[in-house]
Amino acid sequence: MIGLTQVARPPAPSAFSNALVFGWRAVLKFKHVPEQLFDLVMTPIMFTLLFTFVFGGALAGSPGNYLQVFLPGILVQTVMFNAVYSGIGLSTDLSKGLFDRFRSLPIWSLAPFAGLMVGDMLRHTIAGGIILTIGLILGYRPEAGIVGVLSAFVMLITVGFGTGWVFIVLGLLVRTPTTVMTIGFTFLFPLIFASNIMVDPKTMPTWLRAFVEVNPVSLMTSAMRGLMGGTATVEQVGIALIAPVTLTVLLAPLTIWIYRRQ
Amino acid sequence: MATAEMNSSPSAVQARGLVKKFGDLCAVDGIDLDVPRGMIFAILGPNGAGKTTLMRMLATLLRPDGGSATVMGHDLQAAPGEVRASIAMTGQFASLDEDLTGRENLMLLARLWGFRGKSARERADQLLATFDLSEAATKQVKDYSGGMRRRLDIAASLIVTPGVLFLDEPTTGLDPVARKSVWSMIRQLAGSGVTILLTTQYMDEADQLAGRIAVIDHGKKIAEGSPRELKVATGSGFLHVAVADPNQLEEAARLLEARLGATVQRSAEGGTLAVVARTPKDANAALGALIDAGIELADFSMGSPSLEEVFFALTGKAKP
Repeated sequence: MIGLTQVARPPAPSAFSNALVFGWRAVLKFKHVPEQLFDLVMTPIMFTLLFTFVFGGALAGSPGNYLQVFLPGILVQTVMFNAVYSGIGLSTDLSKGLFDRFRSLPIWSLAPFAGLMVGDMLRHTIAGGIILTIGLILGYRPEAGIVGVLSAFVMLITVGFGTGWVFIVLGLLVRTPTTVMTIGFTFLFPLIFASNIMVDPKTMPTWLRAFVEVNPVSLMTSAMRGLMGGTATVEQVGIALIAPVTLTVLLAPLTIWIYRRQ
Repeated sequence: MATAEMNSSPSAVQARGLVKKFGDLCAVDGIDLDVPRGMIFAILGPNGAGKTTLMRMLATLLRPDGGSATVMGHDLQAAPGEVRASIAMTGQFASLDEDLTGRENLMLLARLWGFRGKSARERADQLLATFDLSEAATKQVKDYSGGMRRRLDIAASLIVTPGVLFLDEPTTGLDPVARKSVWSMIRQLAGSGVTILLTTQYMDEADQLAGRIAVIDHGKKIAEGSPRELKVATGSGFLHVAVADPNQLEEAARLLEARLGATVQRSAEGGTLAVVARTPKDANAALGALIDAGIELADFSMGSPSLEEVFFALTGKAKP
């Protein structure tokens, strides 16, 4: 049996190379399960069409005016929901014992998470691109042009990256993938609806408006609007980045701690 | 000898007083283990005996609460990285990515081990050929049969030849044909010099494969030896008696116990009795007593105890 002759270990690869291999895995997943893209973009597409054409006129005078405000927000919503998927994927890998194999390999122990993040960013970029394209077809016009859109996407991926940690921690702790999904959506729905994504908070009761104005989702949405509309200020972007940065700083070490402890 | 470190420890695995607790439950309760290099060593025990926990500790997946161990001469706690570099583990459930193809699964692991570019694919294809999976190379693992998954799973543990291969219940859930093919694979692997530590709850599996068996129950090692030694320790000969009329079974059991002075074991189906008989003469006398009492025998035989009977004799419990 040729495969059973003694095979020696090649020189140990770097931590970065380990992480790239997991990124490659995420790309392969896309190739084999293209349906996941459907899951990712169908809801935001429905939301875009529904809100623009059904509520748009009532909320902003005309569907066209509404789309101009709504599109940057729906991008934020898209990446936040997308982030749930890496938690589901992680929970699935853990429940199937795949991580036992990764863990018993002499590799950088965080490489699998780096791979998840690569997959996430890929998903965010693709889903965001599809939503933006549909927006452009429907008549959305980013006043800040290409540079504005690109900087908005950098912002968007940062938001997705920060949110991703929440679901990685959940995925590590919860062993049933569907529970991760349920917890994720239960937590995200109020955050997303009680924000300025869909409706101007002016008409909301004072107590709710107080929440909406400090809701990180609103802050991120305002920054996205600013970047794509060419009106962003440093302060606006800075305040929007507080949530993703805080989540990363707190949850990345927590992820490592939980993973090493298990 | 490319991967085997040339160091002093003669054992592939040496454990002293390993302990693992889960809350109040002591899953592994002070186990010593010496697995010589190049041997197939079986850890035999019923569900929940602590087999998997013991193996996961030795594979660095669980931190022991007490005791110490070396694997291929590396200390489990002081040098877990070196331990990982000299072992491979195939868990109880196929640890494969179902969405990827067989080849991609192997390439993924080959790259993690440090094979670059074309060499990762070459190594994957070599293993696929060895394990008779070449035709399924481009199929997603979710379309594999149970036997194919198992083979791929073991192949995935052999990207780099390990010093010790841990196999946790390698044939659980397989049909008899797939089981035989996994057995022959394990034998060939051992023939190529890999030390194999496997857990099993099947007596015949340990009997067929292992050079040495440790019997584990409630987190403790209750016996160890070669399959022959274990059988000898339990009693040199076993008398097996099948009674034609089930109504006479109890009476037959009573007579055998009285004659031979040993506990009678009943088979799972209930039709056969097994009991230690020190000599053929004792067996003969016991059979005579049954016939004198008018009990009709469908079948009888004298032979070595099966491992199942060994387990019963050691634990006082019915088969695991």
